[in-house]
Amino acid sequence: MQAIKPSHADRGYYFSPRRVGAMVLRYFYLLRGSLPRIIELSYWPTMQMLIWGFMSQFLYEHSEWFFRAGGILIAAVLLWDVMFRSNIGVSISFLEEMWSRNLGQLFASPLRPYEWACALLMISGIRTLIGVVPAALLAIPLYHYSIFEMGLPLIAFFMNLLIFGAAVGLAVSGLVLRCGLGAESLAWAVIFAVAPLSGIYYPISTLPDWLQPIAYSLPSAHVFEGMRAAARDGVFLFDRFVWSVSLNMGYLALGMAAFLWAFRVARHRGQLLQMGE
Amino acid sequence: MVEIAIKVENLTKKFGDVVAIKSLSFDAREGEIVGLLGGNGAGKTTTISMILGLLIPTSGTLEVLGTDMLRHRYRVLPRINFSSPYVDLPKRLTSRENLMVYAKLYGVASPQDRLSELAAGLAIDELLNRPFGELSSGQKTRVSLAKSLLNEPELLLLDEPTASLDPDTADWVRTYLKDFQKKRGATILLASHNMAEVERLCDHVVMMKRGRIVDRASPAVLLEKYGRATLEEVFLDIVRDRSIPGAQQVAH
Repeated sequence: MQAIKPSHADRGYYFSPRRVGAMVLRYFYLLRGSLPRIIELSYWPTMQMLIWGFMSQFLYEHSEWFFRAGGILIAAVLLWDVMFRSNIGVSISFLEEMWSRNLGQLFASPLRPYEWACALLMISGIRTLIGVVPAALLAIPLYHYSIFEMGLPLIAFFMNLLIFGAAVGLAVSGLVLRCGLGAESLAWAVIFAVAPLSGIYYPISTLPDWLQPIAYSLPSAHVFEGMRAAARDGVFLFDRFVWSVSLNMGYLALGMAAFLWAFRVARHRGQLLQMGE
Repeated sequence: MVEIAIKVENLTKKFGDVVAIKSLSFDAREGEIVGLLGGNGAGKTTTISMILGLLIPTSGTLEVLGTDMLRHRYRVLPRINFSSPYVDLPKRLTSRENLMVYAKLYGVASPQDRLSELAAGLAIDELLNRPFGELSSGQKTRVSLAKSLLNEPELLLLDEPTASLDPDTADWVRTYLKDFQKKRGATILLASHNMAEVERLCDHVVMMKRGRIVDRASPAVLLEKYGRATLEEVFLDIVRDRSIPGAQQVAH
């Protein structure tokens, strides 16, 4: 056999889009093979949108503030679902590997943990689009409200919430890897801890003074403040955008670090071969 | 020139206060089939996990295909593969989808061709379009074996490869593995409880007990040394601490 030649593959930063694509393909196969899964993805966002849409219509007729900001609740619920779906998209895809007892197979292959994390982020984006876009489209004939009229700011809000949700999802996945499947409910629960501080349905000024700085340490708070300004006054608050992007970079780095740390610990503890249902 | 495919030196793994593997040293030359034998808890799976890099040893050195596995595992991983009853493939994906994903992960040049070749060789044609979770344990073993051969590994690590197969299929799989090893010139490290399988396939046997090597030699030498007719009897002598006159165990 030939002697091994050192290659760029040895260095830590080596990254293979092919392997990321293979993992995205794996989750695509999973989605494709189950119609109930696809329906479930858009079912909850649609139900949320319907409830809050009717609520919005009621408030629209009885509140001056809502009269000036028609559709603000629908936009809020749709964007909250972007964050929630993105978070769940990462966590559930990660849990799929644990439920399948597939971690040992994956990490005896050349797949790097950070390539897997990238695949999780990508599939989370796809799952979020499948979930939220039908609900957003349905709001147009039902409530004569199109979130797409926000234009470019909508892309900024969407991307920021997508990344924040995924960052939380990565950290939670790391936690589940560290603690085992007994902690799997964290995959659904943790993101709700962020919701009250994000000011999804109310301005951050509603929160007690001491809580507001904590809220503003979350990118989601800046996004929802920005969303309200865009919906109500038609302005794009650039400073909010810069804050949310900057914070998101930090949270994504933290989420990735937590995920890689948990993976390293799992290799010390021998969990990659043991975990599963 | 024959080179060393696996070189393990003073490998130790502790889980807290529990010493799972203690000062393990052995090697396997290229093209050899080496058997890891031992009772439950002897440390066979732990050893294989460390060789794969799934488990980080507490101390010791580990070279695989001439490369320091503890520092440069990603150099080696595309060239090795494994099969184990302790892992599974995603149950909701079909066997074909599972194999396709792993073919891409391993960078197989023509995944479809390789898949067809393996499907014919391992008689899994009819299983390819069925969800992996719906297969019997014997069928799963064959698909998992196909996964482990996708990249035509230079080093193949097999943990109980025929454990859930009926005698006929198990015999057929052994023949297939032996043929693969001859054609590819691959090294195989085989952990098994099936003594007849080890006797038939392995050039060398490493006997393990409570995380240590207690003896190692070719099956013929072991039989002669212990004065037994079968490897199973040798195995029982070792796991039951029977003292055999004239038998010299490896001291560690």
